[in-house]
Amino acid sequence: MTALPPGVLTPGLAMWRSVVERNLVSFRRQWAAFVTGFAEPVFYLLSLGIGVGSLVPFVTTDGGSRVTYAAFVAPAMLAASAMNGAVMDSTFNVFFKLKYAKIYDAVLATPLGPRDIAVGEVAWSLIRGGVYALVFYLVALAVGVVESWWSVLAVPAAIFIGLAFSAVGMFATTFMRSWVDFDWIMLVIQPLFLLSATFFPLATYPGWAQPIVMATPLYHGVALERGLMLGEVGWGLLWHVGYLLVLGVVGIWATSRRIETLLRA
Amino acid sequence: MALPSSTAPRAGARHLHGARSPLRPIERVLAVAGYFAVVYKRTWQGSLFSRFVSPLLFLLAMGLGLGSLVDAASGGVDGVPYLAFVAPGMVAVQAMMTAVSESTYPVYGLFTWNRMYHTMLATPLRVSDLLLGHLMVVAAQGTIAAAAFVLVAAIFSSFSSAWVVLAVPVGLLVTLAFAIPLFGFTARAKGDSSFNVVYRLVITPLMLFSGVFFPVDRLPFVLEALAWLTPLWHGVELTRGAATGEFAAVDIVHLAVLLTFIGFGWVYAHTGMTRKLVS
Repeated sequence: MTALPPGVLTPGLAMWRSVVERNLVSFRRQWAAFVTGFAEPVFYLLSLGIGVGSLVPFVTTDGGSRVTYAAFVAPAMLAASAMNGAVMDSTFNVFFKLKYAKIYDAVLATPLGPRDIAVGEVAWSLIRGGVYALVFYLVALAVGVVESWWSVLAVPAAIFIGLAFSAVGMFATTFMRSWVDFDWIMLVIQPLFLLSATFFPLATYPGWAQPIVMATPLYHGVALERGLMLGEVGWGLLWHVGYLLVLGVVGIWATSRRIETLLRA
Repeated sequence: MALPSSTAPRAGARHLHGARSPLRPIERVLAVAGYFAVVYKRTWQGSLFSRFVSPLLFLLAMGLGLGSLVDAASGGVDGVPYLAFVAPGMVAVQAMMTAVSESTYPVYGLFTWNRMYHTMLATPLRVSDLLLGHLMVVAAQGTIAAAAFVLVAAIFSSFSSAWVVLAVPVGLLVTLAFAIPLFGFTARAKGDSSFNVVYRLVITPLMLFSGVFFPVDRLPFVLEALAWLTPLWHGVELTRGAATGEFAAVDIVHLAVLLTFIGFGWVYAHTGMTRKLVS
């Protein structure tokens, strides 16, 4: 090994960390946007838990247990907020950096490569999402909607959800032509949010719709979180983890390919 | 050759050189409204999703999906199927959402990014013309959004009375009750990042806690009292009354609150815009 002074960047030494560092610095000035990010799922949890919970005292989950509506909905809100956070970070913010701020052009003029950008951005969004998931988990714990010790795994599980959605989201962003195209993102995200067995169990859907719901990525996130937070744990949960992991890895690989063609070609 | 009579000089005709008669107030307002109507005519497709598809999805998920749980567990809300409870409230939410999306970023852009308001003020237009003309188009959009949602929800037979058509003018009032104060807020905003915070800390909680998805009396008393202060709750109560055709004396209060927001909002918006554009 050649001796390098500490702090000097060399290719192959996980240089994506500088991308994360840059995000960290830039968010110091936008603390309000950062801090309020966790508020939305908490509002949903309280509204549905207190309000709708008074209309629906108990729900029978797909796993067969009877739980309060708040306990049913809390894991879904955790999964949905992991998705939302990851998608917002990897689409709006990345698009701005890609097209307007030209940050990636600047990054590629340094020893960093396209894969460092893809990995760095995804890693940053996982850090941010992880913080939100942790805060949400603590709120859920405080209002007493967590049913099982397995729920300590809910925060790491949220990171898998974030990984899948930020990788795919960033890949989609590389195809965007202008802000108008973001309507397509909303067109995907909102049905996922509302119809992934988030607000009511899979058994409520008509028979033909159930396989469609089960094929979507947020469904796996919700099922994973719900299994952990309600203590319905089995080997079957690994299937959900696998689905999200594959989506994430393929997404990162494809994104770095796209950045390569977009900015180096 | 003699001029055709249509181009013959008339007293005060504006296409002639020399002193012109001033624009009448109605002409000034319609000039502004005309500009925004042209912009809307070119960009309305972009709002199709947020205005029509998204509320339809909410109706499917909340009204039908969640509704089947509510109806099975407690037979609906106060004797009404859950879908019939949620749908009228969603009309008011639609109006609010339209007002919010039209009075934050787009208005901020006219102040800061393309400075269109400054351009307009360089003509014989005045601040109140800008405000009134722009609001006319925002109000029209809110009314269209409310009407479209009433139509769509009627297909799912969410309403029990033909009085539900009154939910459309209520939607207009709700649009104005949000749009006008927000114009004032936007005129005073230091940067566009404050809108994100408003969405997260004001608009989303309003949607969730103003009696749209469950009656506010299920809330702790402090939160219930807070709901009474918001224009959305009053709008929701009115649209719900329209959906069943049952009106009560208290509806006068709901109307009065919405009109108060519009009235004070006008002063707040007008002073804010004057300070931003004229001083």
